[in-house]
Amino acid sequence: MSDTVLSIRELSVEIPTHTGIVKPVDGVSYDICAGEILGIVGESGAGKSMAGNAVIGLLSPPAHIAAGEIWLNGSRIDALEGEDMRRLRGKQIGMVFQDPLTSLNPLLSIGDQLTETMLTHLDISRGEADRRAIAALEEVGIPGAAERIDSYPHEFSGGMRQRVVIALALCAEPSLIIADEPTTALDVSVQAQIIALLKRLCRDRGTAVMLITHDMGVIAEAADRVGVMYAGRLVELGAVRDVLTAPQHPYTHGLMASTPLASQGKARLHQIEGAMPRLNKVPEGCPFHPRCAYARDKCRVAPGPKIADGRTACWFPLVAEKAS
Amino acid sequence: MLAYIIRRIVQSALVLLVVGLTAFSMFRFVGDPIDNMLGQERTAADIERLREQLGLDQSFPVQYFKFLQEAAQGNFGMSYRQGRPVAEILMERAPATLELAAVSGALAIIFGIAFGVFTAIRRNGFLANFIMSASLVGVSLPTFLIGILLIYIFSVELGWLPSFGRGDTVQIGGWSTGLLTATGLKALILPSITLGLYQMTLIMRLVRSEMLEVLRQDYIRFARARGLHDRAINFRHALKNTMVPVITVIGLQLGAIIAFAIITETVFQWPGVGLLFINAVQFVDIPVMAAYLMLISVMFVGINLIVDILYFFIDPRLRVDRAGGH
Repeated sequence: MSDTVLSIRELSVEIPTHTGIVKPVDGVSYDICAGEILGIVGESGAGKSMAGNAVIGLLSPPAHIAAGEIWLNGSRIDALEGEDMRRLRGKQIGMVFQDPLTSLNPLLSIGDQLTETMLTHLDISRGEADRRAIAALEEVGIPGAAERIDSYPHEFSGGMRQRVVIALALCAEPSLIIADEPTTALDVSVQAQIIALLKRLCRDRGTAVMLITHDMGVIAEAADRVGVMYAGRLVELGAVRDVLTAPQHPYTHGLMASTPLASQGKARLHQIEGAMPRLNKVPEGCPFHPRCAYARDKCRVAPGPKIADGRTACWFPLVAEKAS
Repeated sequence: MLAYIIRRIVQSALVLLVVGLTAFSMFRFVGDPIDNMLGQERTAADIERLREQLGLDQSFPVQYFKFLQEAAQGNFGMSYRQGRPVAEILMERAPATLELAAVSGALAIIFGIAFGVFTAIRRNGFLANFIMSASLVGVSLPTFLIGILLIYIFSVELGWLPSFGRGDTVQIGGWSTGLLTATGLKALILPSITLGLYQMTLIMRLVRSEMLEVLRQDYIRFARARGLHDRAINFRHALKNTMVPVITVIGLQLGAIIAFAIITETVFQWPGVGLLFINAVQFVDIPVMAAYLMLISVMFVGINLIVDILYFFIDPRLRVDRAGGH
């Protein structure tokens, strides 16, 4: 694909702890193109949010990028610090957080928060910022935007607040949006609206989106491609249709079988035996091998192949008939 | 909002009534003022007559009711010791205490917030850690000891600042101020540091812990993710949220500054209402004690009322909730 916006190469994030170094992200590589939505899916603690935080430079110490490269629009950003990184945030990378109830400052009106963001990044006048703030609210579907510009966050419902958050993330027109579980805290009825909104805005503007979620339904609904993470590694990456209907990594297969969406009609949902290893006890070889029904000797010693060469980091990818 | 304020004022009046009742009933155990007022050659008839004259022979509820009735008209009776109207004595002494309390309070708030924010933002910096450790001294040393230490260093050893009194004062209307003369200002330095140090360290530690809490909030992360300047994040987003609980404590502490000025005024022989109260206790000067306590409680209640009104301006969530009424 053309117009690569974000390119992550062999990214590793490390956290030094008392008991040794933990690697919440371990050698992950993927690209996102303009206008594309890449879903990143995985269990809690699989490292999906960590990778997002690493891209926007918001890892909370002592977590840090230990290896790898992050490229944004052709320039390398993983080593940027302080002011240089701050200028990127909001301007080139926007972020949407999980909980709209807590991500807006309760003491500032939403208009103030919008204009403040625009005035920080764009060379425009106060009046122009005010005008654009109203336009931004209209764009995300807030009814009566002009009257509500001076309202405070508590005067909005959860879904409306997430719309405001999206307006805030997009107001300086970044080329990449990192949406970290943007619908998890919302009512089911509102989730679809928010996903549709995010999808529409990014299509229209050609914004690249990293959509981090544990919800396969959201992925199926919104993403173009999907990356599956397990214990800090990317285990499968491919077009949504392919990964969802014909998973090649046994973990993805198990994940799909345990999702109501994919296993409609079956009496019971599948369970993957065992639990994801703690990050300080990731086993040798392929991290999934202790739970994998297809594991062979090679899986116990050698970590899976680099995903760049194929679709999955599995030595013995499942073929279609085995997966069904 | 107006209804809320009126409700608060009515509540405040009730609080004052209760404080007055408590204070008044305590005075019965302080001692008998007659002993101090009459000399050695008193007769039983003298005692009886004076007791009747002062109204001390009447029952407690009657005395309290009379006191309230008079106080409502601004008349707090005559001081037993000085033989002058209490209101007049208080008016004469109040400026000294209020100026001392205002300067101490301003020092405590300004430095307390500044140090608190600094130590929160530079959490692991050397200077921040030093300030935090030093603040333990302010919290743990008793006020009178700080006062005496300051006097020893700056008055006795260095001879820079006066160790007692207010210096020269200037009369403006009914208000005697020490803020306009050089000696008056010099005399203010040590007492106001003594009085404000504890409050400063308290405010500082509170601001620091609240600020650290606020800096962990999602909206601060979101503000960072939007690429706002550090200054905007720290002062516009974080400090404003920090101030909501801090203002409550500051309000209470300002009241405490006025009330606990007694100790500082005693150490520095500061001619304020605190010193007046201590002398009144020794002499069992009931009208002065009662008026002093009422004055202090009026200030406490008044400051708390102001604090509650300040919330409206800081926190928009209250505006809606309270205006809706409940």
